[in-house]
Amino acid sequence: MKPAPFEYVAPGSLEEALAVLGEHGDDAKILAGGQSLVPMMNFRLAQPSMLVDCNRLANLDFVRVSEEGELRIGAMTRQRRLERDPLVARHAPLLHGTVPYVAHPQIRNRGTVGGSLAHADPASELPVVALTRGFRLRLHRSGSDRWVTAEDFFVGLLETALEPEEMLTEIAIPPLPSRTGWAFVEMARRHGDYAQVGVAVLVTLGEQGICQDAKLVYLSVGETPMAAPRAAELLIGSSLGEEDFAAAAAMAATHEIDPGADIHATENYKRHLAQVLTVRALRQARERAVVADS
Amino acid sequence: MNESDPRSITVVTTVNGERVERQVESRLLLSDFLRHELGLTGTHVGCEHGVCGACTVLFDGEPVRSCLTFAVQAQDHEISTVESLAPGPEKLHPIQQAFWEKHGLQCGFCTGGILMTMLPFLEENPEPTEDDVRHALSGNLCRCTGYQHIVDAVLHAAAMMRSDGGHG
Repeated sequence: MKPAPFEYVAPGSLEEALAVLGEHGDDAKILAGGQSLVPMMNFRLAQPSMLVDCNRLANLDFVRVSEEGELRIGAMTRQRRLERDPLVARHAPLLHGTVPYVAHPQIRNRGTVGGSLAHADPASELPVVALTRGFRLRLHRSGSDRWVTAEDFFVGLLETALEPEEMLTEIAIPPLPSRTGWAFVEMARRHGDYAQVGVAVLVTLGEQGICQDAKLVYLSVGETPMAAPRAAELLIGSSLGEEDFAAAAAMAATHEIDPGADIHATENYKRHLAQVLTVRALRQARERAVVADS
Repeated sequence: MNESDPRSITVVTTVNGERVERQVESRLLLSDFLRHELGLTGTHVGCEHGVCGACTVLFDGEPVRSCLTFAVQAQDHEISTVESLAPGPEKLHPIQQAFWEKHGLQCGFCTGGILMTMLPFLEENPEPTEDDVRHALSGNLCRCTGYQHIVDAVLHAAAMMRSDGGHG
């Protein structure tokens, strides 16, 4: 298997990379970790005429905390680093806890945060975390930049708000509210495979253990990461009991996700799975919220 | 291949400790570069889309799929292949010795990739449990089926490497 021929450039600065994108637009494709793009090129599903290799943009590989207390991560930061960086563990525990579910270490050693988000595969874990935690994403073009929310970023199947001449350069993750518990669970046939269904949840406790805020986002059950706001509404104001979990899980699985059948599972099976996984995730998140509260 | 062709690029990299320089097409995969340009055929090519793990090599010391990296991206980096493990023709690396002793090779096709995945794993986790090993092996497919001997070999390698101080 050989990719189709392409012109290759490896800019040494962001400005240079943006200039190339500005000039070539849709014909050029950014090469970040290459863990999704290169397989597509090997199969010739993707045949870009130019590759802009961003692996020399060392200043897009960083993890730091901003003055406002946001965790900032450079788009070219390897996924593997997120597992190992204590700042990520402290400031973004959901992200830190979810990264080990992204394929295998051999993939995460190359795969980047920005690459996975920009690829916007609805079966991927990182877009789900981005939507759950309300990431803001910084998009650069030659001469200017803009920030978009994860909600506005994921537009459709493998489709984002990125214009052809833009590049995702940085991610900002807001501080986790106090008394907040998180969980990510997924079901895959083997560890590291694409999950059949997965869900990330956050619950925030208020006074007397009443749920003040909740968020549920699913993977592999639609064209984008799928949020379940109606299920979250059922949790808000509740005491996060088992019956509340069951009601929220049923709401999400029945009304808020849109799974298709594939060779491994029927639509009904995936809805059932989503329901079971939601309850498991909510139990874990509740426990963590209680610990965070004590 | 014409040298003025923008798709033809000079790559200078270090493979198994030796500096190599070649003129390559930009689309040449690192796996094919190692096998066809350098003759290092211990890196096997299975699925060519990052699923089977047979082509795993170390890229600056970390295991990666060489079929998902272009040769030109190895510029100024260090690559290690399975050929770098044995200290000499008569002596095996402990991990190779362990696979030999515990029948961890069946047809052998996946073995090179497994060794290059397990070596950094064992360096990071010198005392893995059987569960840890199975988890760490999940990115490498063996189609002879039956991972038991492979798991036994990795656990044996861990013990050998511990008593060896980590190096053959």
